[in-house]
Amino acid sequence: MSTRRQSIDLVLGPLTGLVMLLAIFMVFVYVPSDRVQGIIQRIFYFHVPLALMTFAAFGLVAVASALFLWRGSRTWDRLAHSSAEVGMLFCTLVLVTGPIWARPVWGTWWTWDARLTTTLILWLIYAAYLMMRSVSGPGDQGARYAAVLGIVGAVDIPIINRSVYWWRTIHPAVLITREGGSGLSDPRMQATFGVCFLAFLLVFLWLLLVRNDSARLRDAVEELRQQALMQASS
Amino acid sequence: MDNLRFLFAAYAAVWALLFVYIVVLSRRNRALEKEIEELRELLQRRARQ
Repeated sequence: MSTRRQSIDLVLGPLTGLVMLLAIFMVFVYVPSDRVQGIIQRIFYFHVPLALMTFAAFGLVAVASALFLWRGSRTWDRLAHSSAEVGMLFCTLVLVTGPIWARPVWGTWWTWDARLTTTLILWLIYAAYLMMRSVSGPGDQGARYAAVLGIVGAVDIPIINRSVYWWRTIHPAVLITREGGSGLSDPRMQATFGVCFLAFLLVFLWLLLVRNDSARLRDAVEELRQQALMQASS
Repeated sequence: MDNLRFLFAAYAAVWALLFVYIVVLSRRNRALEKEIEELRELLQRRARQ
C-alpha cells in the first residue's frame, strides 16, 4: 500500500467517520421535527447533501474531462472516471431516498416531475459514460469519447437546479424559510444540515481519493502487463 | 410514527449502498496491488533468466 493511500486512510477515514457519527446524532436526537412534514423531513438531511455532492462529482467529471482533452494527461482522465463512479453512487442514493420521502408525503413513489425527470436523465447520462468506459478498454480513444459525454452531460446540472423555477413542479424549491412552516427555519435544523453537508463532503473526498488510487493501480497493472509482453516477445 | 419505517428505510439504503461500495473498492484495490506484486516478480524472474 502506498504512503499516500495510508495517509488517506489514517486521516480522512477516521475524520469522515467522526463527522458522520455527529451527523447521525444530530439527525436522530438533536434536531426538532418539521412542523408540517413531521419525522419524515429528516430524510432531507441526507438527501440534499447527497444531491449537492452528485452535482459536485459530475461537475468535476466535466472539468477533469475538459482538462484531459486539452492536456492529454492520464491524471485528468483518471480523476474524471473516478468522480463519475462516485457521482453515480451518490446520484443513485438521491434517486432512492427521494421516492422513500415522496411516498408518505406525496402519496406516490415516483412522478414525472421536472426535477425528478431531469435527475433521472443525469443518472442515465453518466451510466452511459461508465458503460462506455467499461467497454472501451485501456486505450485513449474510448477515454476521449467518454470525456465529450462527461462534458455534455454536465449541462443537465444547471437544468436540474433551475427546473423548479422553469416548470410547474411539486418538488420543494426553497430549503430555508424565514416565515416558519416547512423548511429549515430552526437554527438547529440549519446546524444539522451544515454538519450533514460536511459529512457527505468528506465521504465524497475520501471515496474519490480511494477510487482514484484504484485507477492509478489499474494503470500500473496495464503498464507492467505491456512490459511482460515485450519481455516475452524479445 | 408510521413514517418512521420510511425514515429507517432511507437511512438503511444509504448505509447499505455506501458500505457495499467501500467493500467493492477495497477488494478491487487489494486485487490490483496483488497483481502488481505478481507482475513485478514475473518481470524480475525473467530478467534473471
